[in-house]
Amino acid sequence: MHIELRNVSHEFELETGFLPVLENLSFSVPKGKFTAIVGPSGCGKSTITRLVSGLLKSKKGEVFISNEIVNSPKSTVGMAFQNPVLLEWRNILDNVILPLEIVSKSMNKVEKITRARELLSLVGLAEFEKSRPSELSGGMKQRASLCRSLVHKPEVLILDEPFGALDAFTREDLWQTMLTLKKQESFTCILITHDLREAIFLADEVLVLSGRPATLQFQLESKLGDNRKLDDLYTNETTKSLSILRKQIEIAQKHK
Amino acid sequence: MTSYNKIIIPLLSVFIFCIFWEWLVWINGWPNYKMASPSDLWPAFWKFRWLFLSYGWDTLWRTIVGLSLSVFVGVGFGIIMGFSKTMRIALYPLLVGFNAIPKATVVPVIALMFVGFHDMNTILIVIFISFFPIAVSISIGLSTLEPEYKDILLSLGATKFEIFYKIALPKTLPEFFGALKVSATLAFIGTNLMEIIEPHGKGLGHLFDSGKISADYPLMFAVLIALAVLGIFLYYIVVLFESIFAGWAERN
Repeated sequence: MHIELRNVSHEFELETGFLPVLENLSFSVPKGKFTAIVGPSGCGKSTITRLVSGLLKSKKGEVFISNEIVNSPKSTVGMAFQNPVLLEWRNILDNVILPLEIVSKSMNKVEKITRARELLSLVGLAEFEKSRPSELSGGMKQRASLCRSLVHKPEVLILDEPFGALDAFTREDLWQTMLTLKKQESFTCILITHDLREAIFLADEVLVLSGRPATLQFQLESKLGDNRKLDDLYTNETTKSLSILRKQIEIAQKHK
Repeated sequence: MTSYNKIIIPLLSVFIFCIFWEWLVWINGWPNYKMASPSDLWPAFWKFRWLFLSYGWDTLWRTIVGLSLSVFVGVGFGIIMGFSKTMRIALYPLLVGFNAIPKATVVPVIALMFVGFHDMNTILIVIFISFFPIAVSISIGLSTLEPEYKDILLSLGATKFEIFYKIALPKTLPEFFGALKVSATLAFIGTNLMEIIEPHGKGLGHLFDSGKISADYPLMFAVLIALAVLGIFLYYIVVLFESIFAGWAERN
């Protein structure tokens, strides 16, 4: 599924007037590709996730998924947030199954469980399917949340800083989990992040947004191939890319 | 904690309390019209055992029916106020005002309004006194639902009902049961207000009134203890339901 934003502008209505958050933003993510979006805090990155998922309608311009205008939420989209928002009254398996209860009502229980287990074992949570969310660590909760976002085989995956609240080592673990999922499942992905190394490591392309109102400021192709390792983050080439991105963020912050 | 301890410890605490009570009455030499001692109560219970059973049942069933109906009323108001900010602003002053009226003053009004319908009047007072905590807890639970919880379902195109049924309702259950525990004990106050202020020959309140008229002080104390026992009984029924429906909220 090809994602495209065409001249999208958006503003929020406040009591004091209008707050423009996105201005004339255009970009596209080719089918099956992984795009990371970075930018200064509060520049409207999360607004993009809500526009693409159909939770929000832009004031100007259009969002397309597979050349169809996005007007309302679609079952072909999966989302994961910084807060894993697992339901405390369900065990991990039932949490992962939740989207299937909404979008695949005709699917029988056994098929749902099989599908959820497939993902849980992929992220290393097979033994924890009967656990309550409160019994899991932050990283494990986030793994479960990723499984839930993918269980209904969405064609578009939207990640809004899912690793933002994790410690550095857990985060690197999850990056690798994410690559595993990317290989096994087919989806087009938008990742919102504040972590430049994360963006380079996971994405095929990194977009830098300007300060609010955000517009596309810079694009960078990741030079890492299909078989990425954490060591790839410490090569000269990656260091160079990181330094370019860092400068772009600085410019974006000044612009704000 | 073992389940054995969970039974033994509360029983032991009640036993120690009775010993202390007995000692207090004995050391002060109080006559039983000032303070009856536990040893005075058993004869009173035994003497009126059939009345206790039949009146206790009157009080219990009316309290339970009233409490069950107040769950409906409370949840109804809670849902309306939880989902609509306008309704929340509109209804809160009315509900708070209504709740602030001492129910003892409402009893004669209700008794006059529906003369002769004793059971219904008693149940009405129970509803009046116990729906408020439930309404408040449900409305707070629903209105403080984090938007992300809604988003995970909304982004899949779920209906409002699905969000309510799968997320909002179960998430509010622990608060609901917290309020229901308060309401369960309040409900007995409601039943007895009616039974004591407007006696109609039914319920433990009526027995209390008879004890007062015939100067049978141990009987009056025995009624109070019987009410406490019923209150504890109903409370633990609520706890049982809580452990079934909202047991997940308890952490080990």
